[in-house]
Amino acid sequence: MFWWRRRKSKQKAKERLQLVLAYDRAKLAPGKMEDLKRDLLEVLHRYFPTEDREVEIEFEQRGERVVLIADIPVRS
Amino acid sequence: MQAKAIVVTSGKGGVGKTTTTANVGAALAQEGEKVVVIDVDVGLRNLDVVMGLEGRVVFDLIDVLEGRCKMRQALIRDKRVENLFLLPASQTRDKEALDPKVFRAVVKHLIEDEGFDRVLIDSPAGIERGFQTAAAPAEGALVVVNPEVSSVRDADRIVGLLEAGEVAENHLIVNRIRPKMVKRGDMLSVDDIVEILGIRLIGIVPEDEGILVSTNVGEPVALRKDRSAAGEEFRNIARRIRGEEVPFPDLDESGGIWQTVRRIFGGR
Repeated sequence: MFWWRRRKSKQKAKERLQLVLAYDRAKLAPGKMEDLKRDLLEVLHRYFPTEDREVEIEFEQRGERVVLIADIPVRS
Repeated sequence: MQAKAIVVTSGKGGVGKTTTTANVGAALAQEGEKVVVIDVDVGLRNLDVVMGLEGRVVFDLIDVLEGRCKMRQALIRDKRVENLFLLPASQTRDKEALDPKVFRAVVKHLIEDEGFDRVLIDSPAGIERGFQTAAAPAEGALVVVNPEVSSVRDADRIVGLLEAGEVAENHLIVNRIRPKMVKRGDMLSVDDIVEILGIRLIGIVPEDEGILVSTNVGEPVALRKDRSAAGEEFRNIARRIRGEEVPFPDLDESGGIWQTVRRIFGGR
């Protein structure tokens, strides 16, 4: 038994909750995030046509507000 | 809580709204307040059986509204505690029979003309009309949540709706917590839930078999002589509602030890 290695399910529950609530509060279906990413890349490509990039986006709760955070490297 | 009209709500069903309404209502009456508990779950009434008053229902809320009886005839006096009354829901009608505006007038009448200190409204599950009606007259809310992902998610939605509807005093009751599972790291802790929902905590009710027993016999645990952990906490919630500073139960210890200590030092 490696019970001490088992990740506590409470932590998992908390993370899942925070994620699902971020989407709920932002009123965005989680599946739409990929679409947003694609559109964002398209727009970025118009301004930085030579760069192929990876964009990371996620929600963050800041006090009362839900903020969309995009991590866009301009020069890799 | 300043609020005289308080809605007990959760979004999700089965988390303990009705049990909370019955027990907090009974405990407030024990503290000397004149209390009425109202079942707004039209078509699925349950508060009467949880309180053990089902045999005395003659008229209901809808009968009052449609003029078949006077308010006083529909109010059932609980004989175990002074100043505790139940206003049952109709079992034969549906939720459309109750309008938010009309219900607001009913609650106003109970407070201003019938002299109730506190009106506790047992909301139906969901976020639709039944909930909207139940919340319409409320100035405060007891949001009941179980330490579980789906329940907390629904409660978050409810808190949003309450705030949008200008229900100001929203307080959180974490129900059915199992200290041993929290300790083991397999249950969301009260701190986690408070952090996520961001509303003030007013009660931590442990999972307690006594609740089922009390529902079997129709006697709220808050009124029972055998001191159960849940009954004790419901009485504490009533005192906190009345503005007393009552410490929260210490969940660091296992339920077993906690109850043993209580038995030794409670001595009642």
